[in-house]
Amino acid sequence: MTMEPYLALVLLGFLPSEVWRWIGLVVGRGLDEESEIILWVRAVATALVAAVVARIVLIPPGALAAVPLSVRLVALGGGVLAYYFIRRSAFAGVLVGEAILIVGMLAFGG
Amino acid sequence: MSEPPPETPRNPAVAGFLLGVRTAFTSVFGFVIVVTYIGYGALCHDFGFPVGWAMLSTALQWAGPAQVILVTALGSGTAAIETAVAVGLSSVRLLPMVVGLLPLIKTERTKPWQLVIPVHFIAVSVWIESMRIAPKIPREQRIGFCNGVGTTLVTLGVICTGIGYYMQGMLPLVFGAAAMFITPISFMVSAVRGARLLMEKAALVLGLTVGPLLALNKVDFDLLWTGVVGGTLAYGVHRVQRMRRAAP
Repeated sequence: MTMEPYLALVLLGFLPSEVWRWIGLVVGRGLDEESEIILWVRAVATALVAAVVARIVLIPPGALAAVPLSVRLVALGGGVLAYYFIRRSAFAGVLVGEAILIVGMLAFGG
Repeated sequence: MSEPPPETPRNPAVAGFLLGVRTAFTSVFGFVIVVTYIGYGALCHDFGFPVGWAMLSTALQWAGPAQVILVTALGSGTAAIETAVAVGLSSVRLLPMVVGLLPLIKTERTKPWQLVIPVHFIAVSVWIESMRIAPKIPREQRIGFCNGVGTTLVTLGVICTGIGYYMQGMLPLVFGAAAMFITPISFMVSAVRGARLLMEKAALVLGLTVGPLLALNKVDFDLLWTGVVGGTLAYGVHRVQRMRRAAP
């Protein structure tokens, strides 16, 4: 069954994402900034961000799949190292990571 | 008696908003959003969606990975339910991010309706910048700040979706890969930068270890499990650390 694209956008794209924000609004309104629950929630959110990183790097979508796994991993690690060594600059980390990826893809990619 | 500071904004929401706009333009995420959404626009063109749809999807969903999932799933004829579940699972991180951020930005007088728009803006980029800057600015400015960052980045995202859409023919394959990669690299670097507490560092390490274990072994709801298990273990580390500090 193919759904009309705008309907699909709202039903399959917008709602499944937005619902989490709405639930968060309901749940988070009453919580105190210092509470233990909030700390736990932040830990979960952080772990989730790391999980998304791992997922995209290991199960790459689209054009990233054409890049060899070794290049993806080294680009990720190299970017984080560059962040540490270049004045703790997020920009440096992102740019170095991207540079490694691009060079690696051109050298070894499909 | 000393003079009042030159520009004392009367309205803290506006002051916060302007600071948010400035922060968005100067942060690494401004660059990340531009690259990500140029790539996303090109992806939409590849899969045959109209440009208006592509730009609307950025404004409505405002979650890069979920948007990529939607486009690739619809484009390859995946069933509706499966698509909705995949998008939903990918976006689960929005829930703890919103819950974690709200207590930081609301005031006693904040009404629910005032939070609906800032909450829509919450994505990793806005969340990370807000968690970083909000503690350093007066509470009355914080919601305005989130709105400033969110409005700027979403607008940038929508515009770049359009640009990427039309550039699609000119973009080499390398750009597509780079655009896909900028999401994980920026998430990782900025998360590392933002991790002050041992708990947050532990959460990152656990997410990076548990995540692949579950994902590569095709466990259902791997992201959800990784978040809950990794987050809880990291929180446990925090509790142990606190007990050790308390006991002489």
